[in-house]
Amino acid sequence: MNRFLAPFAIAASAAVVASVVSMTVFASPADDALVIDGELEMTTRTTSIEGHPLSEVISGWHYRTDDTRTLQQDSFDNPGMLGVEEGEVYWNTVEGTEGKSCATCHDDASVSMAGVGSSYPKWSEKLGKPINVELQINQCRTENMGAEAYKFDKEGQKPLTAYIKHQSQGEPVALNLEEGEMQQWWERGKETYYQRTGQLNLSCATCHEDNNGKYIRADHISQGNVNGFPTYRLKQSNLISLHNRFRGCIRDTRAEYPAAFSDELMGLEVYTTWRGTGLSVETPAVRQ
Amino acid sequence: MAGKPRVKIPKSVTAGDVITIKTLIKHKMESGQRKDKEGNTIPRDIINKFEASFNGSVVFSADLDPAVSANPYIEFSARVEEAGTFMMKWTDDAGTVTEFSKDIAIKG
Amino acid sequence: MNISRRAWLSTSAAATAAAFFGISGSAIASIEDVEKLISEFGGGATAEAGGPLKLTTPEIAENGNSVPVSVSVESPMTDDDYVESILVMAGDNPSPDIATFHFTPASGVAKASIRMRLAKTQDVFAVAKTNSGKLYKVSNNVKVTIGGCGG
Repeated sequence: MNRFLAPFAIAASAAVVASVVSMTVFASPADDALVIDGELEMTTRTTSIEGHPLSEVISGWHYRTDDTRTLQQDSFDNPGMLGVEEGEVYWNTVEGTEGKSCATCHDDASVSMAGVGSSYPKWSEKLGKPINVELQINQCRTENMGAEAYKFDKEGQKPLTAYIKHQSQGEPVALNLEEGEMQQWWERGKETYYQRTGQLNLSCATCHEDNNGKYIRADHISQGNVNGFPTYRLKQSNLISLHNRFRGCIRDTRAEYPAAFSDELMGLEVYTTWRGTGLSVETPAVRQ
Repeated sequence: MAGKPRVKIPKSVTAGDVITIKTLIKHKMESGQRKDKEGNTIPRDIINKFEASFNGSVVFSADLDPAVSANPYIEFSARVEEAGTFMMKWTDDAGTVTEFSKDIAIKG
Repeated sequence: MNISRRAWLSTSAAATAAAFFGISGSAIASIEDVEKLISEFGGGATAEAGGPLKLTTPEIAENGNSVPVSVSVESPMTDDDYVESILVMAGDNPSPDIATFHFTPASGVAKASIRMRLAKTQDVFAVAKTNSGKLYKVSNNVKVTIGGCGG
């Protein structure tokens, strides 16, 4: 975008944003506490990690209506748990040439997978880039099980990812950016986060940092944290993966959207996960 | 195709108590209103009936229409006078029945 | 929230006017469909507004795909006096039926909850029928929001 047009483009996009984001309608995130099954207290608001542009990080849970928030309070009522249970079935299903299931090596997921949901994405020496749970599953399948990698969002990918991350429910998100080149990928993700794209010339920050708490049409804009993915979205009545959400949001800025698990989205996953440091893993979260 | 159902029933109750039973089952509940990429209507495919029986007698049932959300959630009540078995049945448009049974004991 | 007889009448007047002027809208057709369903369900009996029947719906539905709805009727639920069925309908969906609940005295309480799909902001109706043929009806308006964006 040349320098002459840039101010107009920014003004135009600001106008677009202003027209859909009501500048006068602001609602505080709901004053409520998330306690799963009356037992597991969740951290849904906390002081942000050092270097974070916002002073407090708030879970998307607080921006939803009473009824939506209530669905997540009870493991039985939470429709996302259907996906988690489906994941458990996949976990125990033998697949591939080696005659193994996830359980063959990893046994009880509640033990072996504890801490995975809160610490991924991690650095992968093998791949030379960050690896998330979806890609880790595929790596295990191809290298250890002799099974085919799952295609994006297909078959067991979402349920298994939800099942594995669910084992860290309640644990605070905490990434290790010291390993390998994680820091560089964090930088890359940060750049993506603040980069305006598309006909609407919006960046993630435009909505989630600058305008959280305001309404875009009837959607209460959250901070855009990712601690609840895969998430059960009422819109699709289904578990939705993080990269699906990234692609959807970017598509809605009327930009070409990157491929799932592309370098761009992996960097963004690292950065957005980092922004939610301290929040409890909520998988499966319930959102609109 | 319906997935595995989830049913929440207390394990034991005092005779005469009225309990709340919650059920959830995975199902697309294809309404018959949606169109595919080519513009063809995706045929209706829903769970159209739910029935709860206790020791063989129907306690509660529901006729469901396409306006019921995917992954149907049904909550209802039952008075339990004696120990026995609850049997839940979900029937879809093709006539396939998914069953789930759970025993309940009487306290004391 | 109960619908008054006046409200029912004004709806019918609007329907007549619309028909006269040749305006066909799915909204108008659905109210007539709802009235037809109630008539079939109740065997032509007159429904009393409210009474022991309660319909619980949110004021604003975060997403029309999954809107919680509960119905309950205060009733002794004995063999002599119990609620037989409750019919739940939408006034402005492609088709008015949502669900019909059937109770027995063994239900203990005439109460049921589900999650429904609402195509847009509209009235949701509930009609209850007892074993003696008594009919009650109630309606609530539910606002269905259009989201901002995202996937």
